[in-house]
Amino acid sequence: MAHDPTSPSVFSLAERVLAGDRRAVARALTLVETDDELATSIVDHLYPHTGSAIILGLTGPPGAGKSTLVGALVERFRRSWRTVAVLAVDPSSPVSGGAALGDRIRIGERVGDRGLFVRSVAARGHRGGLAPGIARMAHVLDAAGFDLIVLETLGVGQGDIGIVDRSHFVIVVQVPGLGDGIQAMKAGLLEIADLVVVNKGDLAGAARVVDELRSSFAMGSEPAPAVLKISATTGDGVDDLVVAIDDHMAAIIENGSMETRRRRLATTEVLDYLQLEFQRDLASAGQRLTDDPSVIDKVRSRDLTPLRAARQVAGR
Amino acid sequence: MERRQSDSHRERPRPIRVLVAKPGLDGHDRGAKVMVRAMRDAGFEVVYTGLFQTPEMIANAALHEDVDVVGLSILSGAHMSLFPRIVDELREVGLEAVLVVAGGTIPDDDRSAVLKMGIAEVFGPGASLSSVVDYIRSNVGSRPDLA
Repeated sequence: MAHDPTSPSVFSLAERVLAGDRRAVARALTLVETDDELATSIVDHLYPHTGSAIILGLTGPPGAGKSTLVGALVERFRRSWRTVAVLAVDPSSPVSGGAALGDRIRIGERVGDRGLFVRSVAARGHRGGLAPGIARMAHVLDAAGFDLIVLETLGVGQGDIGIVDRSHFVIVVQVPGLGDGIQAMKAGLLEIADLVVVNKGDLAGAARVVDELRSSFAMGSEPAPAVLKISATTGDGVDDLVVAIDDHMAAIIENGSMETRRRRLATTEVLDYLQLEFQRDLASAGQRLTDDPSVIDKVRSRDLTPLRAARQVAGR
Repeated sequence: MERRQSDSHRERPRPIRVLVAKPGLDGHDRGAKVMVRAMRDAGFEVVYTGLFQTPEMIANAALHEDVDVVGLSILSGAHMSLFPRIVDELREVGLEAVLVVAGGTIPDDDRSAVLKMGIAEVFGPGASLSSVVDYIRSNVGSRPDLA
């Protein structure tokens, strides 16, 4: 069923989101996550009211304690931010398409706190640690008046750096036992961090991981991110982390970096949609190729090279 | 390997979302975890709350997660006092249309009373995983998108 973007029901849902109605926020999150047509009309209504939220990305390997840390952080963030929302991504099964979403267990349920909204998100096959509709979901929360949006990726590896183009501030969570100082020197995830947290700081080897990360960063010419040792379960070091986040956030707003980042996020989002548009074009070009066998006939008879054939189908 | 495509992908615009909750003082969640896994493998997106959830916590989670189904797993014997409070809390946050099912150790004698409380179905210890999955697939409401 096609949805009329000007329909009163889309308008009324959007109005309820803008009024901060949590049921409407939850519903709108579902719709922008799943339905491209509806998402387009909902975002049309909401987008003019977005742009003030700050997105804090939190990423790291599976089991590093990201959700537990989010739980420890939101408790403290709720003292300094008016409202906080969390989007916690977990993997979808490549086999069934289903997902077991367990981040809520660690983040913790805070009944009666209307200033906190926590939503579990299944990655639905998206690569890079996030989910396909994540930027739109952040827009819904932004429009609903959430000041800080914490974006927790699923457990990622060295190359999954999609978070950096989808959040204004990135914390990379590391833990002891994942490797030696050579790992700390490798390119990728660690390079994109505003702050590096070594969680499970009570475990043997945590101090060494901190030293190795710091000395690796010191070898580079870029300004090094702070490396903090914490324990999200005991709370050790978490207050210091919150201070470090506040200081760094103030610094990037002060030095204009936040504006650069906001521009980068907007660019990434447009590029993401362009990719979808081109995928559709590609699918229809493939269809034209199937529908008109003469093109492949000419390739087979050597009257046309494959490259020329592709350009011809593309209309170039 | 042949990919199993769940019914939810064919018939619905999105996967069925389920909240699996452990209400009250009941520290055993083996059964709940088995159900989470079975529903994941059936193509559902399943949010698990963890142990020791109050009715308010369950309703809060169901609200934020915009689930189609709430599954309550209870082995403590407190279902007669907890279930009505959970149904009330769900109604309180506007989720009266959500399908609520229960499982665990609920005696047959309590079954009809539990069904009257607004729990749609009760699955006992002998219930097969597929009977739960099939029940949800057949009974999950097709909610209007913009309600």
